[in-house]
Amino acid sequence: MNPKEEKAAAPKFGFETRMIHAGAQPEPVTGARQTPIHQNTSYVFHDAEHAASLFNLQTFGFIYSRLTNPTVAVLEERIASLEDGRGSTCCASGHAAQLLAFFALMEPGDSFIASNRLYGGSITQFGKTFKKFDWRVKFVDVDDPQNVRDALSPDCKAIFVESLANPGGVVSDLEALSNIAKEAGIPLIVDNTMATPYLCRPIEWGADLVVHSTTKFLSGNGTSLGGCVVDSGNFDWAQNDKFPGLAAPEPAYHGLNFYETFGDMAFTTHAHAIGLRDLGSTMAPMNAFQTILGCETLALRMERHCENARKVAEFLEAHPAVAWVSCAALPSSPYHALAQKYLPKGAGAVFTFGVKGGYEAGTKVVENCEIFSHLANIGDARSLILHPASTTHRQLSEEQQQAAGAGPDVIRLSIGLETLEDLIADLDQAISNP
Amino acid sequence: MSGKIDHDSYSDASLRNLLNSVKSVAVVGASPNWNRPSYFVMKYLQDKGYRILPVNPRAAGEEILGEKVYASLAEIPENFDMVDVFRNSEVAGAVTDEAIALKDSKDIKAIWMQLTVRNDAAAARAEAAGLQVVMDRCPKIEFGRLNSELSWGGFNSKVISAKRRKVRIG
Repeated sequence: MNPKEEKAAAPKFGFETRMIHAGAQPEPVTGARQTPIHQNTSYVFHDAEHAASLFNLQTFGFIYSRLTNPTVAVLEERIASLEDGRGSTCCASGHAAQLLAFFALMEPGDSFIASNRLYGGSITQFGKTFKKFDWRVKFVDVDDPQNVRDALSPDCKAIFVESLANPGGVVSDLEALSNIAKEAGIPLIVDNTMATPYLCRPIEWGADLVVHSTTKFLSGNGTSLGGCVVDSGNFDWAQNDKFPGLAAPEPAYHGLNFYETFGDMAFTTHAHAIGLRDLGSTMAPMNAFQTILGCETLALRMERHCENARKVAEFLEAHPAVAWVSCAALPSSPYHALAQKYLPKGAGAVFTFGVKGGYEAGTKVVENCEIFSHLANIGDARSLILHPASTTHRQLSEEQQQAAGAGPDVIRLSIGLETLEDLIADLDQAISNP
Repeated sequence: MSGKIDHDSYSDASLRNLLNSVKSVAVVGASPNWNRPSYFVMKYLQDKGYRILPVNPRAAGEEILGEKVYASLAEIPENFDMVDVFRNSEVAGAVTDEAIALKDSKDIKAIWMQLTVRNDAAAARAEAAGLQVVMDRCPKIEFGRLNSELSWGGFNSKVISAKRRKVRIG
């Protein structure tokens, strides 16, 4: 079976229209225009036959909110639409999304390749916790595609990178990595949290699955944890025998072959019917609602986030007490050309810098800030500041910290939507008053 | 019918009109096994009020979902609006010719070929005979997509509308 592209002749609506409307028609019974919060666990069956059809996956509908929920489903279609995917599966957090994505692909003893510049939390999840499932990760420097080719092996089931890496300034060459994945017959999985689909749509560059921490820019106000796995619908799960969970009789579902039965809907169906059913990492309806509201203003916020971030980075680069700035928006960045290719509307709002004086001076800057909040998150309307080596990247070895761009002198900024001059003044006083 | 049908891109309106006008569907390649794709589609269409008429020579005389299985389209003793083809693209040509031959006696209006099934030559013959043809699509997925049910599973229906949909209560 060949992967099928959606061939609907429906008019192709623009990004801003879809960020407000996709997935959310007026509620047909009441006419409610905003998406209702279905704070509800379970759904009444018409009769025994209807119940059986739902449990057999023979009809569409709701059973229990661990699997699907009407409010969460609106967000799922919203994000799938913004990423130009076939479908998506929302879940409790970005880490849950990563587990859900690999769960459908991996058997014990399998391996995958991941960038060694991933967000530190991902490096720990993949390298330490996944090991308990006997899933083996090989971290490589993906800047040179040859490193990825060299790391391929028969048991390798995926390549995982971030489009724009957290904490700072690293852009992945998605097209080159997609070509390697296609040759190997394995999916390319891209974490698009930092870029959001407004700045980069990895599926257009050949990504097969896209994962998000929706906690960040998609929700946008620091209110709601969440994650999402978007399936492009383009990967042929039956092209080899590497993916028995999707393209062979599935013992966890009465021997159902998901790819044969659901075609390009197989991954998303599997992620709900088995992934969420058995891993249980469901997104709460209230969190889905908050994230739906966030999506409605995504383009406007990202434009301002990026503009503020670029101007703060320019200010820091010119500051005499600053040693270096790693931000792909700056022409001085080695990733500037890749950013112009993959992130033409802006290189995101999270980047790193170091002050002269190293670790001691750096922590002083963090503590001196008045407007920047010292906390471990990104993608908030508020500007945030953090010292990764002592916090988010603390579980890594010093070598891993250096590789991940989170060495001892690194300060991470997530630039918010405040008045630009106030942000610059705050950083200036924090740096200038050691 | 105006102009030539683009089989790479059917309009939502044409699919909606077809699914709204059809009442009975002969399903060629119907499997009696509950976990086969054809069974899933028949079950769903039946739940939505369509009469399904299974066709499968190897299961002829048996019942699927309470309906008698026929060995061929010609053996179905009543009229039907549409033929849904669960056979490969080549065999779909022969099924199409059978449907064209029976078009007037059975009052057939459309031929629908399932996902991955496409036979442009057969489609041209059917259209010349006045039949509507849909290829490489699934009526269950299209029905679900156009009626917001596909969205319940987190899928991108590509349907955007601020109109309040009419729902039948009860």
